[in-house]
Amino acid sequence: MFKTNYSENRPPCELMPIKFCSVSFNKYGNCLIDKVSLTIESKGITILLGPNGAGKSILMRLMHGLELPSSGEVLFRGKNSNEAIRRKQAMVFQNAVLLRRTVIENLSFVANLLKDRKIRKLKELLEEVGLSEKQHLKARQLSGGEKQRLSLARALVLQPELLLLDEPTASLDPYSVQMIESLLIKLRKQNTKIIFITHDLNQALRLAEDIIFIHKGKLEAFQPVRAFFENPESKFAEAFIQGKLIF
Amino acid sequence: MSESFYTAFYLIISGDPNLYEIILLSIKVSLASLLGSVIVGLPLGAFLATHRFRFRSILISVLNALMGMPPVVVGLIVYLYLSRTGPLGFLSLLYTPTAMIIAQMLLVIPIIAALSTQIIEDLHNEYRDLFYSLNVPTFKALIAYLVDARISLLTVVLAGFGRAISEVGAVSIVGGNIDHLTRVMTTAIALETSKGNLSLALALGFILLAVAVGVNLFATRAKYWAMDN
Repeated sequence: MFKTNYSENRPPCELMPIKFCSVSFNKYGNCLIDKVSLTIESKGITILLGPNGAGKSILMRLMHGLELPSSGEVLFRGKNSNEAIRRKQAMVFQNAVLLRRTVIENLSFVANLLKDRKIRKLKELLEEVGLSEKQHLKARQLSGGEKQRLSLARALVLQPELLLLDEPTASLDPYSVQMIESLLIKLRKQNTKIIFITHDLNQALRLAEDIIFIHKGKLEAFQPVRAFFENPESKFAEAFIQGKLIF
Repeated sequence: MSESFYTAFYLIISGDPNLYEIILLSIKVSLASLLGSVIVGLPLGAFLATHRFRFRSILISVLNALMGMPPVVVGLIVYLYLSRTGPLGFLSLLYTPTAMIIAQMLLVIPIIAALSTQIIEDLHNEYRDLFYSLNVPTFKALIAYLVDARISLLTVVLAGFGRAISEVGAVSIVGGNIDHLTRVMTTAIALETSKGNLSLALALGFILLAVAVGVNLFATRAKYWAMDN
């Protein structure tokens, strides 16, 4: 069975705490993120919740440096994002972006960037996500779930300290969801900080240490998972948990 | 007319040295100009696709416009530069295959650059966030675009070859259609037709048609191959 290079006693993520200091993000005259201030200090998995269009993906993109704040700043252990900080992160996108190559070549592309040509490790990584038998298939021939698992495997080649996942299990079959969740639990044990966007409340309950809830670009709640579900800080969060349409 | 067809086929089958000399020169000149155009056009297309700078859209518009530039105008420009009184006259390139290669390159570079810009830009839009996330260096990203778009780019290259080998106006002006030196299929067809030597013109026409059809068949096949993959 594949083991990442992380040992069980790997030190906690060096990028923590992640601090949003009054971060706003505007595009085409619309305020998509509105003065969000928060500090993520917890280990393990933080889940970003919110209705469609709330700004969850933008918040994650701001964290990863894919978007720059219109005002405010995102700090990692007190420092602005730079290349060294980004090298410790990896992101899995909502729609799996795969190179027009075979499954194994998608991984070796990243491994070559790291000057790491230990092909056996890549094959073991594929085994971990259940794709070892499809390593020579074109990545685009994979199913949606397989593509997303391959995206996750490719992100793990980077051995990130901070793993950002934008709805990686959306519209996947239960087998793929279960496989991704087990992998995330394993990574959590190995001290990888994971920030995860989902709409699945049960999944949030299963995986999260704490929950960030945003609505219309504003931070509405940031609580430990139990507290969030039992006593949400915001009426919008409460309505969201109850499955009500929120405006 | 039927006698001309018969003679044309006889020339092709019998391996007429005059006919095959013209064919060989056509292919040599076209492949050389294609190679030069690919070396200039593909990196230019990749650069335009992946970089944002002032006047970029104007440059792309100019390239698009140049795709439809009349070959005789290109021939005239190259002639003016290479003629004895022109700025490059000292090179003595006028009426040589090199002059024909230069003229064809000026016609093919815009095709390769403009079409590859579009193809690579689409891929860049798809891969941009991923490459940023993976910290892929610019040069490696450009190589990845060229590798991953290789089938689509191959059809662009074949389109460029089609343009080069079927070109007549520019190569006629700068090559002079000199027997055993700069006579290629297209200029020979024009000359032999005007002389009434239809059999040689027809034989060359068949070969040119076969090359054009072959290139198009290959391009179509490559396109479906790319779609399958």
